[in-house]
Amino acid sequence: MLFRQPSELVNPLAFFTLVGSLFPLALGTQPDFLRASAPGLLWVSALLAVLLSLEGLFRSDFDDGSLEQWIVSPNSLAILSLAKVSANWICTGLSLVVLAPVLALMLGLPGYCLPALMLSLLLGTPILSLIGAIGAALTVGLRRGGVLLALLILPLYVPVLILGCGAVEASLQGLPITAHILWLACLTVLAITLTPFAIGASLSISVTE
Amino acid sequence: MNWVWLHKWGSPKWFYALSGRYLPWLTITSVVLLTVGIVWGLFFAPPDYQQGNSFRIIYIHVPAAILAQSIYVMLAVAGAVGLIWKIKLADIALRQAAPIGVWMTVIALMTGSIWGKPTWGAYWVWDARLTSMLILLFLYLGVIALGQAITNRDNSARACAVLSLVGVVNIPIIKYSVEWWNTLHQSASFSFTQKPAMPTQMWFPLLLTVIGFYCYFGAMLFMRMRLEVLQRENGSQWSTTEIDRLIGEHK
Repeated sequence: MLFRQPSELVNPLAFFTLVGSLFPLALGTQPDFLRASAPGLLWVSALLAVLLSLEGLFRSDFDDGSLEQWIVSPNSLAILSLAKVSANWICTGLSLVVLAPVLALMLGLPGYCLPALMLSLLLGTPILSLIGAIGAALTVGLRRGGVLLALLILPLYVPVLILGCGAVEASLQGLPITAHILWLACLTVLAITLTPFAIGASLSISVTE
Repeated sequence: MNWVWLHKWGSPKWFYALSGRYLPWLTITSVVLLTVGIVWGLFFAPPDYQQGNSFRIIYIHVPAAILAQSIYVMLAVAGAVGLIWKIKLADIALRQAAPIGVWMTVIALMTGSIWGKPTWGAYWVWDARLTSMLILLFLYLGVIALGQAITNRDNSARACAVLSLVGVVNIPIIKYSVEWWNTLHQSASFSFTQKPAMPTQMWFPLLLTVIGFYCYFGAMLFMRMRLEVLQRENGSQWSTTEIDRLIGEHK
């Protein structure tokens, strides 16, 4: 579905690249400083890009009545929403993972950090998508849900941000990243198991509105 | 065991009657405890050997911080009760407790930063506990904003309930991740279960203010909920008579 409208796919990626290239313009181009702050910059850009892609996650389904079909369908809402979010993640999260090394090299992150960056994004972006989908489901019926969505879910993104940045920074300093990655993986599993139910409940609330 | 006493709290009419009975006691207890605790703490407790008199802000800061966290847990419990048993009063409790929680968080953050200036040399440091309190503030604001954005009353109550449940699952994760990230704050200086690390003259007034803050919260919550119950039940016989009585009292 997303591929029918290429702009939906490209917009978050363009946003990611743009935010990532705004930071050097604002902070100056000293290579050392950029390298040291690259993990944080990349993660914040990725986080905002995911947030941007989520705003419209359930919008079209809400408008054309598909969500109501979901509710009356025999499949559980949790499974359906998990499928929807995974589809969205493959289009945005996964492409962010692929795009991130390019931006990382532009910010001067050394090559040996790239596996850590990609692995942390690979594990972290599903959590961002899943948690964000709860917010998207709660705000889908509202006219100006965008800012509210950010207020609802950005606080919940804190652990992912800390662990993701921590992994990349550890690898930048040549430290082992296993602990951070394992914690992220643990959160991913937790998010995949628990959030679909919250998304489903939120969707049914929004649809009966 | 007979649970009727508990179920009575679920009915708006009974709640109104029962809370009216407890409200004066809660108010008096909180006023007495807060007055004694604060006067004792501010004027009679010995100054700290290291921080001098600046430590006295603890008598406001610690109760507010404890209460801020408890209220969020209470929001989630009320949310769960509202979702599972569809008790309207739980929704009312959730909605009315959230603003009090915001103020407690703000008080904790403000007093903390005022205390931080002479002690740490900065109003704000990016420390684990400060940051997690700040995030708690955002979580509260999110619940309130969502509640106000959804116009349908039942739906907004359910949405807030889901959000506060999601938040309460996340709070421990946020807390530990932030603690791992950075920490400067001393560990909790007050606990109900462990032997306190400070002398009794310092610790006892703190206990009084903590309990006083809880009573204050209970009283505030009851007052706010009673008003909301009256508004929602407007039109039913008992609330109309009650409103007429209240108006009659003020004439």
